[in-house]
Amino acid sequence: MMKMMENNPALARAVRQYSGIFISLIVLCVIFSTMSPRFMSVANFLNVLQQVAVIAIAAFGMTWVILLGEIDLSIGSIIAVAGMVAAQCFAFGIGFAPTFLLTLASGAILGLANGVLTAKFFLPSFIVTVATMGIYRGLVSLPTNGAPAMIMEPTWTAIGTKSFLGLPIVIWFVAVLFLFNHILLSKTKFGRRVYLTGGNREAALYSGIKVDRLKIIIFMISGVMSAISGILLSSRLFSAQTNAGMSYELDAIAAAVLGGTSLAGGVGTMIGTIIGALIIGVLNNGMNMLSVPYFYQLIVKGLVILVAVYLDARSKRAKK
Amino acid sequence: MQGLADDVILEIRDVSKRFGPVVAIKNMQLKVRAGRVHTILGENGAGKSTLMKILAGVHQPSGGTISLAGRPYTPANPQDAARAGLTIVFQELSLCSNLTVAENILATREPTTAGFINEKALVRTAASLVEDLKLPVRVTDQVGDLSMAQRQLVEIAKGLSIEAKVVILDEPTSSLSDSEAEILFEIIAKLKARNVAVIYISHRMEEIMRLSDDITVVRDGSYITTKDKTETTIDELIALMVGRDLDEIYPPREVPAPPASTKPVLEIKGLTRQGEFEDVHFAVRPGEILGFFGLIGSGRSEIMNTLFGMRKPSSGTIAIDGREVSINSAAEAIDLGIGFVTENRKEEGLVLSHSVEVNISMVALDDYANRLGFLKRQAERQDAQGGVDRLAIKTASLETVAGTLSGGNQQKIVIAKWLLTQAKILILDEPTRGVDVGAKFEIYKIIRQLAADGAAILLVSSELPEVIGMSDRAVIMSEGRQTATVSGDEMTPEKIMSYATGFAQ
Repeated sequence: MMKMMENNPALARAVRQYSGIFISLIVLCVIFSTMSPRFMSVANFLNVLQQVAVIAIAAFGMTWVILLGEIDLSIGSIIAVAGMVAAQCFAFGIGFAPTFLLTLASGAILGLANGVLTAKFFLPSFIVTVATMGIYRGLVSLPTNGAPAMIMEPTWTAIGTKSFLGLPIVIWFVAVLFLFNHILLSKTKFGRRVYLTGGNREAALYSGIKVDRLKIIIFMISGVMSAISGILLSSRLFSAQTNAGMSYELDAIAAAVLGGTSLAGGVGTMIGTIIGALIIGVLNNGMNMLSVPYFYQLIVKGLVILVAVYLDARSKRAKK
Repeated sequence: MQGLADDVILEIRDVSKRFGPVVAIKNMQLKVRAGRVHTILGENGAGKSTLMKILAGVHQPSGGTISLAGRPYTPANPQDAARAGLTIVFQELSLCSNLTVAENILATREPTTAGFINEKALVRTAASLVEDLKLPVRVTDQVGDLSMAQRQLVEIAKGLSIEAKVVILDEPTSSLSDSEAEILFEIIAKLKARNVAVIYISHRMEEIMRLSDDITVVRDGSYITTKDKTETTIDELIALMVGRDLDEIYPPREVPAPPASTKPVLEIKGLTRQGEFEDVHFAVRPGEILGFFGLIGSGRSEIMNTLFGMRKPSSGTIAIDGREVSINSAAEAIDLGIGFVTENRKEEGLVLSHSVEVNISMVALDDYANRLGFLKRQAERQDAQGGVDRLAIKTASLETVAGTLSGGNQQKIVIAKWLLTQAKILILDEPTRGVDVGAKFEIYKIIRQLAADGAAILLVSSELPEVIGMSDRAVIMSEGRQTATVSGDEMTPEKIMSYATGFAQ
């Protein structure tokens, strides 16, 4: 193993970068499997992945935003809007494919609004998305006056309930979107520009990077990722709920930060984020299995985030 | 120094400091006398900062002894140092921009009445200090509204508000204009009159020769020698500092300047931006180095920013290769072949948290991506290595984080990133600021080479010798107006200064 790392600096770096969080994930799994015999099974593992899917995909979008040194608190509301858009489309008799595209478009448009307000009107994204979080959440209720809307379209509900090649379709979504985001971030010019701009906005500007446009695109990516989360959630629930995705932005931020994304911008990876999302998923799943009351779960999750952020800050200080 | 040992206020004997296996300073010696200005001279990395941090109580020495006013001096932290009567004014600004001048000067020592801050006493105490020092600020001004230079003066006032026996000034003039520096020099004279010892750190030789009484040279973490100002010369000090003779600070032109008949690559006519500069006109030819000199606030950097598309001109024209262009963003400027090494490399030049490689390829990123936007890492690495080799950037590897390199090497990275774009017009705004003498010489050689390769260079500098030593011609600015364009015999310090101060006939 040591030999292998010496010969491959990229591997060595990856091990150094993720060993802490990966060990945490394994320790959590070991703890839960000793406490509950049902935890360590393929069925439960797939279960965790399925539960984590909505958060993980939203967290991919959140990672882009945080990498740029911004924040998007409206993603929970966009998740709900997406579900409602789908429900209304089906109510109007629109088919599966156009509905799917319209739902994605709704996420892109709401993200575009966040991006334009942040980039072109020079407003802090924290404030912009606190405001749009409320606005978007309100929009969800407009078509039904606050009542949930049923979705009976079988192709739609299949996404959240059926399998493909032996794996739940939801997991295919996570896998494909992970690869897409990971490659876009680590292998392309676009990803590099996000890293550079997040690392030093002024230097990026003076190097000819169109920072405003980049910001808008990033918020649109976040919106689209949230819309996909909304599709998965609504298909699993057979309905669009007005309170769907409530406070999911916090879980998405937690996943990104647990995975080593720096809130100052410029540092972070999709690999880290998916491990972070898995930690949150395992925590939720394990504590549910042990019938830990919901309020204790909140306290434990909060403590885990504090420890992760502390360890991250400490390792950064040590480097200096 | 013989026979005067009794007025030595601060004495450092055989002090060393190790950080793990790294020896930062060894066998350091220093005798600072009351009422004298003692300059510490050395290249970046020579150990000056470590020594100052030991004096300030930030670091503790690994060996040796220090005495202050005849008593052993072992500060455990900066508060200890202040209590013992040693004040240090760091070059990094540590003011709160949301508070007033008075609140900043007396921060943590506000006068109180029954536990509440006594606003009147606060303003009165601070005002008397500001008046005493003749600072060009009002104590009720918010620090955020002040210029960088004014802030630096407030910082100094804050340091001096503590009754000190020894005052350390770390590059205090680096962001001051000449007239503001004069205010500082008066302050230093007052401190001397009060029998305070001043330890002074600066890279500006003229200033050092003017202010200092004693000069200690350090190199590679070691004490070299201490000279009385009256018994040394600038040349001798530079030679001591770099450990070799510098035949010339400015490398000579090897390729002659292009003839006046050559078509200019860039031509500016009547360029104006309301409130910043007006009616600026110049042309620069391929292979030419055009200097820009002016005091702080003369509008030089503003012109360059406008040229680079970062702000819009109110009127005037910019022509490149004879074609009139409008430049609305940095991206457009880069497409037109303009490169810009900005004044503040840490703020606008580098992404300090990222690798040398990523920083070098930053501007030319399009060249390292295929049609789908995927990066060609092999080609990117190769060209970044080429830049490192060509400019002799001292870095452990391409993966090294840019923020860990010295100032001179960081500056070379910024230049390297523009080399990859093959810019035909290169703007260099204060390219040697905060760079030590050795690296300065290398940067001058690079500038000469770039000009020889056919680039048109706009060299903005507030160091007069640099402008005279490097430029073929120079544009002189004063308060937003172009007062002259000098060349040949007119390029003398006296002529240029008279234009720059606006007193020319």
